[in-house]
Amino acid sequence: MSKQLISMSVNGKKLEQAVEPRTLLVHFLREQLNLTGTHIGCDTSHCGACTVDVDGKSLKACTILAVQCHGSEVMTVEGLAQGGALHAIQDAFYKEHGLQCGFCTPGMMIRAYRLLQENPNPSEDEIRIGMSGNLCRCTGYQNIIKAVQHAAKTLSASGLKVAA
Amino acid sequence: MNASITERQAALMGMGDSRLRKEDARFIQGKGNYVDDIKMPGMLHMAIVRSPFAHARIKGINKAKALAIPGVLAVLTADDLKPLKLHWMPTLAGDVQAVLADAKVHFQMQEVAVVIAEDRYIADDAVQAVEVEYEELPAVVDPHKALLPEAPVLREDLAGKSEGAHGKRYHPNHIFTWEAGDQAAADAALAKAEVKVEQKMFYPRVHPCPLETCGCVASFDPIRGELTTYMTSQAPHVVRTVVSMLSGIPESKVRIISPDIGGGFGNKVPIYPGYVCAIVASIVLGRPVKWVEDRIENISSTGFARDYHMSGELAATKDGKITGLKVNVIADHGAFDSCADPSKFPAGMFHICTGSYAIPSAYCRVDGVYTNKAPGGVAYRCSFRVTEAVYLIERMVDVLAQKLNLDKAEIRARNFIRKEQFPYKSALGFEYDSGDYHTALKKVLDAVDYKGLRAEQAAKRADPKSPTLMGIGLVSFTEVVGAGPSKICDILGVGMFDSCEIRVHPTGSAIARMGTISQGQGHQTTYAQIIATELGLPSEVIQVEEGDTSTAPYGLGTYGSRSTPVAGAAIAMASRKIHAKAKKIAAHLLEVSENDLDWEIDRFKVKGNDAKFKTMKDVAWAAYHQPPAGMEPGLEAVHYYDPPNFTFPFGIYLCVVDISKATGETAIRRFYALDDCGTRINPMIIEGQIHGGLTEGFAVAMGQLLSFDEQGNIQGNTLMDYFLPTMVETPRWETDHTVTPSPHHPIGAKGVAESPHVGSIPTFTSAVVDAFAHLGVTHMEMPHTSARVWKQLQASGVACE
Repeated sequence: MSKQLISMSVNGKKLEQAVEPRTLLVHFLREQLNLTGTHIGCDTSHCGACTVDVDGKSLKACTILAVQCHGSEVMTVEGLAQGGALHAIQDAFYKEHGLQCGFCTPGMMIRAYRLLQENPNPSEDEIRIGMSGNLCRCTGYQNIIKAVQHAAKTLSASGLKVAA
Repeated sequence: MNASITERQAALMGMGDSRLRKEDARFIQGKGNYVDDIKMPGMLHMAIVRSPFAHARIKGINKAKALAIPGVLAVLTADDLKPLKLHWMPTLAGDVQAVLADAKVHFQMQEVAVVIAEDRYIADDAVQAVEVEYEELPAVVDPHKALLPEAPVLREDLAGKSEGAHGKRYHPNHIFTWEAGDQAAADAALAKAEVKVEQKMFYPRVHPCPLETCGCVASFDPIRGELTTYMTSQAPHVVRTVVSMLSGIPESKVRIISPDIGGGFGNKVPIYPGYVCAIVASIVLGRPVKWVEDRIENISSTGFARDYHMSGELAATKDGKITGLKVNVIADHGAFDSCADPSKFPAGMFHICTGSYAIPSAYCRVDGVYTNKAPGGVAYRCSFRVTEAVYLIERMVDVLAQKLNLDKAEIRARNFIRKEQFPYKSALGFEYDSGDYHTALKKVLDAVDYKGLRAEQAAKRADPKSPTLMGIGLVSFTEVVGAGPSKICDILGVGMFDSCEIRVHPTGSAIARMGTISQGQGHQTTYAQIIATELGLPSEVIQVEEGDTSTAPYGLGTYGSRSTPVAGAAIAMASRKIHAKAKKIAAHLLEVSENDLDWEIDRFKVKGNDAKFKTMKDVAWAAYHQPPAGMEPGLEAVHYYDPPNFTFPFGIYLCVVDISKATGETAIRRFYALDDCGTRINPMIIEGQIHGGLTEGFAVAMGQLLSFDEQGNIQGNTLMDYFLPTMVETPRWETDHTVTPSPHHPIGAKGVAESPHVGSIPTFTSAVVDAFAHLGVTHMEMPHTSARVWKQLQASGVACE
């Protein structure tokens, strides 16, 4: 199958790659760029394990083609930590025991990253609604919600913006 | 060294410490290593051609169009596997299962052929291009109908076999009859009972549905004759044994690696046809082959759970003392009996169905039946059918309470096994290790103000204008976990022990290798805590490894809450072997006799002289540098722990539900879970496990169902239809605990991660039914969806239309 040249910025790095037009973004990230932190849980955009940030929106990478992201800025879990320091969201998931098997975690954190920019101080209910596109089978969500609240506090106390 | 005892204790981060998880660093940075993350040079991709029919003959398979697609290397069918004798494989339950359908398909989505291609997109194209001609046969989806004389024979391969792995088969679609207890005694109790109740109930077919599906990467090295397979397996060592037996490759040249696993919940115990085909393909093609199923394949074809049609009878006195229990079950095992149970227990530990109660006589019988549905019957977050058993007895006790007009807390308290009766021998043959049910029940009732809740409920019931019905669910469950004593529990003849090998290095760090494998339970964190407390070395310097059969000692794996009860014990025992040697070295270094030494947290002290001591770290150095004359250098031990008994965790769960009379919607107002798992290793992780188990229980009780139409078409096998709760539906959980250590376990721990699943499911049903109890309703079938509850509101004449 003939390939198409696309360019995008992934985790702040500009890149140009040839892809088959039918390649899903999630496969492009995982297979072509070796960014395997973004997972596939359902292939039908229900579970959110493949959530990435595209041009300032949370997006399920199993439901969009890589070619549709030509010219876009994409961020994955691998882009959260900066200069060897964990992002406040990563630190909060660790401190609040917001993960168990870890499979949903990258998608959860990337969604939280966007949610906290949309709403820097969300209530519990706002978190529950704002993250309802991401499924977790292990934690029962209670500690994930605590982690998002914890991250919100850290970020507002430090005066940092969520975006690194 | 002026650190206080408390400071030294804290520095270890040993048992009882809510230590943060060691495994998190990689997961939060996207550096986990799950099966689908593994890439090997030259790796090929496999995809599976599946049957659209539940029951059909295969008239022909045409591979030509698929093979013509550029990038397709092979298409394999049962005929290709036949010369290798791999078209069928043995199951863990003593049956056989088709690896690829051999002339006939037995369930929808059964594996018919596999294609191997250069990438996964081409493999999926090729699946569409394989042409299979079917002749449809009548499907049997109801296990009761499967046992009718005129029912079609599903398993023609078993024709004429009146004996199965578990005794007589009385019908071609019958798999086994399994009994426990004393039928005559149970019948006698029922015959002379002052009060009797009977209830039929169906525990629907559900699927564990871990977020990561099943898959593997098989890599055969033809030069060395070695097979390495990365696999989503909860039991890699057993898989290695089976793969060696099937392939003829010596076990020493088969390496199974379970890397990071994205949740298991029992779904990743069985050996699936996809694994076998990927391994065969790698051997045939001499290149690594990856197979990762998609979600639809996962839900449709891999290990389902439950599907038990149960009927119970209780005999009791007028004041609510239970005198007898009788249970009959028709168990739908699907097309092949590939349940994952200890070999001698085709109904698992279902005979725990006398629950937390001193029931003098009991009998249970389970009949396994073939139908045209996917095979399985795995222990979905429970120890082998314990979920079904707990549901049965807890429902029966509620039904009896209603009949006698007794409060459901009161009837439980009247029938509990009392603290002083432990160890307690149950009528169905278990010896319960320890428990204190009355204390736990009182704690819960006080915490939630049970009397206040009942008063509120009474007021609502008296008010016809109340927009909601209020229900209070109560469950007092006992599990049997930690399989198990090798004398009764084995998998394919291998005893269900587990193992630990610990090496303490010269500088005082240590590595522990285990026969289990975490799927999110946090073993790397908690196992290290046990060693830290036993050996006085900080848990931070203790590395835990598991899942690689080439490096870890043989173990039976992680399922049935067996990691802490069995492997946790192996850790303690291996540590104690090291401790014993360390003491000899310390005595030598301090020039005293062993009897003159006391152990204190992290050091051996000379009695009466605090200044004269050697820490474990000092001893580790000495073990490699100057051991006593005649002693082997080094400081390591291995222990294979064969438990003397199961452990019996228990809990009291209470749920308050409000049901809208206008819509049938249920709102879980409160869920209070008290668990007693014996000694607690890491309270933070325990709480996390309980939250997760409660949420899975909520899903099962309130929404999960794998249903089939008359033709055997599965209804709803995507996450659009199959209910996995999001944050929005999931209730808030309150947790509590008591601690009743197991007397036979080296550290007194019993296991916890499955209790919340087992215990919560009947609690939800108990609450929903309780909302209708004043209207004469005694039982409602799961799942309690709004539509079903709405129907009950209408039937009871309380719906606001």
